Amino acid sequence: MSQPRADVSRRDVLKIFGAAGIAGATTGLAGGQARAADKLVVGVIYVGPRDDYGYNQAQAQAAAAIKAMPGVTVVEQEKVPETNDVQKTMGSMIEQDGATLLFPTSFGYFDPHILRMAEKYPKVRFAHCGGLWTEGKHPKNVGSYFGYIDECQYLDGVVAGHASKSKKLGFIAAKPIPQVLRNINAFTLGARSVDPKITTSLIVTGDWALPVKEAEAANSLIDQGVDILTCHVDSPKVVVETAERRNIYVCGYHANQATLAPKGYLTGAEWNWLTPYTMHVKDAQASKPLVNFLRGGLKDGFVKPSAYGKAVPEPARKRADAVKAQMMKGEFIIFKGPLKDNTGKTVIDTGVAQKQTDVVLEQMSYLVEGVIGKV
Amino acid sequence: MQRLARAGEAVAIPLGAMVAALVVFGLFMAALGHNPLEVYALIYRGAFASAFSWQNTLARAAPLVLTALCVAIPARVGLMIIGGEGALVLGGLAAAVIGHQLAGAAPLAVKLAMAAGAMLMGAAWIALAGALRHYRGVNETIASLLLTYIAIALFNHLVEGPLRDPASLNKPSTAPIAEASMLGRLPGLDVHWGLGLGVVLCLVLYVFTGRTTYGFAMRIVGGNVRAARLAGLSVGTLILVACALGGAAAGLAGMVEVAAVHGSANASLIAGYGYAGIVIAFIARHHPLAIVPVALLVGGLGASGGMLQRRLDLPDATVLVLQGLAFMLILASETLYGRGRLGRARSATT
Repeated sequence: MSQPRADVSRRDVLKIFGAAGIAGATTGLAGGQARAADKLVVGVIYVGPRDDYGYNQAQAQAAAAIKAMPGVTVVEQEKVPETNDVQKTMGSMIEQDGATLLFPTSFGYFDPHILRMAEKYPKVRFAHCGGLWTEGKHPKNVGSYFGYIDECQYLDGVVAGHASKSKKLGFIAAKPIPQVLRNINAFTLGARSVDPKITTSLIVTGDWALPVKEAEAANSLIDQGVDILTCHVDSPKVVVETAERRNIYVCGYHANQATLAPKGYLTGAEWNWLTPYTMHVKDAQASKPLVNFLRGGLKDGFVKPSAYGKAVPEPARKRADAVKAQMMKGEFIIFKGPLKDNTGKTVIDTGVAQKQTDVVLEQMSYLVEGVIGKV
Repeated sequence: MQRLARAGEAVAIPLGAMVAALVVFGLFMAALGHNPLEVYALIYRGAFASAFSWQNTLARAAPLVLTALCVAIPARVGLMIIGGEGALVLGGLAAAVIGHQLAGAAPLAVKLAMAAGAMLMGAAWIALAGALRHYRGVNETIASLLLTYIAIALFNHLVEGPLRDPASLNKPSTAPIAEASMLGRLPGLDVHWGLGLGVVLCLVLYVFTGRTTYGFAMRIVGGNVRAARLAGLSVGTLILVACALGGAAAGLAGMVEVAAVHGSANASLIAGYGYAGIVIAFIARHHPLAIVPVALLVGGLGASGGMLQRRLDLPDATVLVLQGLAFMLILASETLYGRGRLGRARSATT
């Protein structure tokens, strides 16, 4: 009695799987299109959603722009964790989509995931955002690109220094790591170049995407009298929206968040990843070797400030534009002695100037004078 | 005959639910303007069409088998533990510390010590939730969830503080373990040993919980605690052992992540595998052997989800719709057990 029923369901299942198999075989041919010799297939991998108003969106904007380049096909995958999953995603892009240039964008993808896949696929180019590629230690088909966004943070600070009435600024940071500390310090130095009485109150949330903690931190800073906020978290959306709701000013980060705070958005520090993306794509198309270490600031077009908001006063625009002009000429140095940290210790001696390319800056472990908080 | 019928049911019903989920998803995709046949073809190609896609599926399933056991085994004694993530991260941390400390020892000894340390850590962590339940009457579901938050906070504090490798600048990590102490790949496959360990542990725990008197005693506790006490079973010990076994499985998952993938403990370990295991255990109805195919299904959905994203330019949310549909329909189909012609025939004979 049981036999007929079981048979029917098994046959059904077989039929469906069979059909899927045939369909799979046919689109297998269609899928081959991506491998056409004259097309460069570029794979882009994001750790979060592409529309996060932050880190991932900044990368996705560049990916969208290179789609328009002739002879380029882009395949994208979002919300890929920094585990074995990302290795399999890179492998899928290479094996199934025919990708030969990959942009795995999250910092945590580099070691061990990209390094392992680069060894396995020596002919594929891996361009990673922020990773420290080291000559002799890391494979030649891996490159890292990054921007000196502390320049834009300094400009944010200059604008904030003019716009603040309470002289109290707030910074919400994910983790006390060198990259983040450099932004906090540059922002504070910018503000204190306008008025040395200004302080920056720092709250560290502990991770890259903790929307609830970010909102709590924003509210708590505003309650303490902070009247301008900025942040370094993956998505500044929550911080920017909270600032707007509480009627204070805010500086954005990663991408442009002006639409989220039409009243209070002053300016922001944005990535312009299209510059390194275009370089890597063109090199791949011309079969030129991969540039392993790609860095740039404002003058190289790797970063850009957001357009000034309505609330930015005229003197702020003037001063920030003047500093920006110096940066564009490569004459402005943010970290130079004498510089003290917030415990009173001298961290850069008088007469010492650390240029953007100085690797000492990539190991920053202090908060400058004027920052209220601890590493 | 009845046994066969029941087994047939156990296969036919979830498969039917899966097919129904695919049909509904096809309609959803058609509404979005995609050809459902093309969508099905991509799902198949992404997860099962080639040796590469099978390995993709298997690799994604590997950590989930172990974390699902952390839910399934305590469920035998009637406890709903959802804190596998905490046991995983602390197990991984223990493994990373042991692996680094024993840097000079024989690789096999290091691997065994890492596995043992991680399993003990995970076992202790989940047993804590079991003890709170048994001795203090604290709800174990909430307790294990809250313990996970504590575990992650503790993990972050240690990895970013006392245990941080000073060389790890922008990605705080513990000191790396030696390359020789890493777990390799399964022979002939690009899938690490975590999958092998998971399958073996499923088999062992299946025999232990389903084929031994001790396992039978656990099921009695799960069925009726009072009856178990009247029968003279030491309920407290049974609960603690079940929790410890589950926790050990999740701890081992953490060790595998460290020793087969990351090489050190860092925040990438907190990837939600512990939570993904909950769904798998429920779909597998807490049966250790059923966990393996269900984990494969979830791994396959992960692999084809990537394919759908890349080829049809869909957001990840669309893939979550497919997963959600599959899980909902499989869980809803539970009500169909014993309702077919077979079920009626069976109840007529008994």
